[in-house]
Amino acid sequence: MRAVMMMSVAGLAMVAAAATAKDKPAPTPPPPPPEVVSVPKDPWPSQYKPYPGEVTVIRGATIYDGAGHRLDNGMIRLEGGKVAEIGASVAVPAGAKLIEAAGRYVTAGIIDIHSHLGVYSSPGVDANSDGNEATSPARPEVWAEHSVWPQDPGFSRALAGGITAMHVLPGSANLFGGRGVTLKPVYGRSVQEMKFPGAPYSLKMACGENPKRVYGSRGQMPQTRMGNIAYARQLWSDATNYKRRWDDYTKRAQAGTAKPTDAPRRELALDTLMGVLNGEILVENHCYRADEMANVISMSHEFGYKVTAFHHAVESYKIADMLKAEGICAAMWADWYGFKMESYDGIRENIALVNAAGACAIVHSDDENGIQRLNQEAAKAIAAGRRLGLAIAPEQAWTWLSLNPAKGLGISDRTGSLEPGKAADVVLWSAEPFSVYARPMQVWIDGAVMYDWGDPKRRPTADFELGQPGQGEVK
Amino acid sequence: MIRAITALLLAGAALPAAAAPTAIVGATILTARGETVIENGTLIFDNGRITAVGKGLAVPAGASVVDGKGRILTPGIIDAVSDLGISEVNGVRETNDGGARQSPFSAALDVSTAVNPRSIHIAISRLAGITRAAAVPDSSSGVFGGQGAVISLADAGPTLTRARALQYVEIGETGGRLAGGSRPAAWAQLANMFAESQRLLAAPATFDRGQDSGSLAKRLDAEALAAVIDGRQALFVHVERASDIQEVLKLKNRYPALRPVLIGAREAWLVAADIARAGVPVITHPLYDLPAEFESLAASRNNLGALQAAGVTVAIAALGGIGGSTPPNIPSYAGNAVAQGLVPGGKGLTKGQALAAITANPARILGLADTGTLEAGKRADLVLWDGDPLELTSAPVAVWIDGAAQPMTSRQSQLAQRYKSLGRTDLPLQYPR
Repeated sequence: MRAVMMMSVAGLAMVAAAATAKDKPAPTPPPPPPEVVSVPKDPWPSQYKPYPGEVTVIRGATIYDGAGHRLDNGMIRLEGGKVAEIGASVAVPAGAKLIEAAGRYVTAGIIDIHSHLGVYSSPGVDANSDGNEATSPARPEVWAEHSVWPQDPGFSRALAGGITAMHVLPGSANLFGGRGVTLKPVYGRSVQEMKFPGAPYSLKMACGENPKRVYGSRGQMPQTRMGNIAYARQLWSDATNYKRRWDDYTKRAQAGTAKPTDAPRRELALDTLMGVLNGEILVENHCYRADEMANVISMSHEFGYKVTAFHHAVESYKIADMLKAEGICAAMWADWYGFKMESYDGIRENIALVNAAGACAIVHSDDENGIQRLNQEAAKAIAAGRRLGLAIAPEQAWTWLSLNPAKGLGISDRTGSLEPGKAADVVLWSAEPFSVYARPMQVWIDGAVMYDWGDPKRRPTADFELGQPGQGEVK
Repeated sequence: MIRAITALLLAGAALPAAAAPTAIVGATILTARGETVIENGTLIFDNGRITAVGKGLAVPAGASVVDGKGRILTPGIIDAVSDLGISEVNGVRETNDGGARQSPFSAALDVSTAVNPRSIHIAISRLAGITRAAAVPDSSSGVFGGQGAVISLADAGPTLTRARALQYVEIGETGGRLAGGSRPAAWAQLANMFAESQRLLAAPATFDRGQDSGSLAKRLDAEALAAVIDGRQALFVHVERASDIQEVLKLKNRYPALRPVLIGAREAWLVAADIARAGVPVITHPLYDLPAEFESLAASRNNLGALQAAGVTVAIAALGGIGGSTPPNIPSYAGNAVAQGLVPGGKGLTKGQALAAITANPARILGLADTGTLEAGKRADLVLWDGDPLELTSAPVAVWIDGAAQPMTSRQSQLAQRYKSLGRTDLPLQYPR
């Protein structure tokens, strides 16, 4: 059933154009366009709809716009779900809601590029453990969105921490973990209602200890780091072959020399890898050590794909120049270290050193608690950098939390910074947001107030928490 | 370049306690006694002990003077539940002495025999202002985990402040699992071990006789628990659910000398008055706010504030369950507990209470009468900060333990220096520069 629908998609668009003129004798109708089967890019589209907002002007706050700029005593107008205007002074339309925010701070919403909310939901019982399809080192056919439980209480906590978008990934047991999905922390009845419209998919990959431990302990490949790379290279080779078959078929079909039944058999696993080779799916690669990141870079050169971001990347500081040259982002914790062998060389200066090298630095959480306070992680990184003699302006550091992760997720044309025309994904902070005493007062997503620290009606409660002890307590 | 060389030299040699008195002059002194703040104060220490704290004190002749102007002076931070010195890399089994799944023993396990003063985490934590900690074992072969030790983080030692300072036990979901599958099984194991300990004390000669071969308690475990029952050792009880907490409080009826300390205790705020009435302290993490397990459905960041308001002695530790929870973050965890009080409807700590929760209170819970506050007669465990100690951006500029100035370097700071500049030179980065 699904296969039939997909085959017809490509043909449909062109049929509508065949209208005939009234008066002239009908010319010979053009030959029908060839029917070309293709792999659908977005077969499970977002059903998210922004909630209503009102025209809002925030006045008097210090603004970090997420693109590296700071406005003292600035103004910003949110209208129609977008940032309408930002500057020293903006128009205040009649009837606009005016928020006096002197002494407060306004920032672009925080985007977490590495979350497992919904796939490792709270409570963390086995029944909610849906992040690792650890049945083969390569499972690029699984999609994190099909594991997401939209009622994870963690979404409400992330929202209260100023998160306006997040990328939910499969775990790192596998070399190829599956597809990641970008969500908004807006509760829905289905994951489709939480999906960030039009955001590209990612492929979660992993190197290092996890895959070799999980499979090596079962006596399977990979059991070593060389096994990790060999296994992955074989798969990229298979994917290259798959892509060739599709490219060849597509060329012939467009020329009218191939029938729909000549289309290659779809392999869901290879669909994902072909999406990477075609530049449509972003590679988000879990990797700790510098030398292993270098190996992955070589592998990407061998097979002609791009790594968008290394995740965890605790040794990024050893190869910050290489990351810059390759245009690869590093998504990092501020200070996690020492809990496993490949994290032993983690240092607090990591993010600051990546930033100083001019590479794309991102602060990520990988944690249902950390996602609530990514601003605090960035603050620690700023301080560690300064002690090493690296000057880091707070407005520059905010790019680690918004524009850089937006780039790493392929959504920076729509969100990630407070610029006219971009989504009104905004946080109003009670104090300078790199202070431990600061908390989000309000969070707007697409111009709608989805969280308000002073209004219980603007604080969501997941289904699971209804009727449980602690319901209604300020969390 | 010069900085790197200095760092290497300092890393090798700890500085001994000064023979002459030292005066820290001009600092803002937070004593961790109530909300006391001494602006432009002076603290004098000699022979490892504080001799005077106050305003406008005369500096003794011959004293070395430390300029504290623009700095903040606090007691050293104490982490009351850690694995410092007993685990190097958690995921590398042979370096981790925190648990012993295959051991036939439980309560008898004594981590003081495993403490490694040269663990990299000791220097890393000390650089963040941690001066003392309890090294606490995990339970893994039964509900009891063994005996924790209080350690000093001083570079030159002595590392062991007190061996066998506490016993650790798991109640609730983890305790149930370890005991065979249920909460009643955990309580039965605890009751049996205590009963066996009392029987051993009453008649040591008969304990090992044939009629007791079916005993589920090893002699060494039973011996170890005697110190718990008579109150010489605190009993650190990991427990989360409110109803489990109430069961723990009942233990005091049966064992009046018992000194339980609740660890974790995410639902404690639901029964705060009961805990206060029982005089039982709580060590928790201020950032717990998710229903992470069924036993912690009511978790809220208001927990600490509610307990403090009820009169419970509270301490903050870098407990698990929060990703990246490590001792260096303890001061900022305390800062978060202050921030919670600023949220509408939030219950938090004052700055004084928050500082006490990482200094004076853990000292009291660990039975360390001579540290945790800045007052004459106490150990000179001191941290001089470049800003508000609870802020994320602050860091110590100097640390003293028992009056000895500590080196301000770690393996991490050496790595940062090595890779600060990646430019290629005559030799690889792995050669000295």
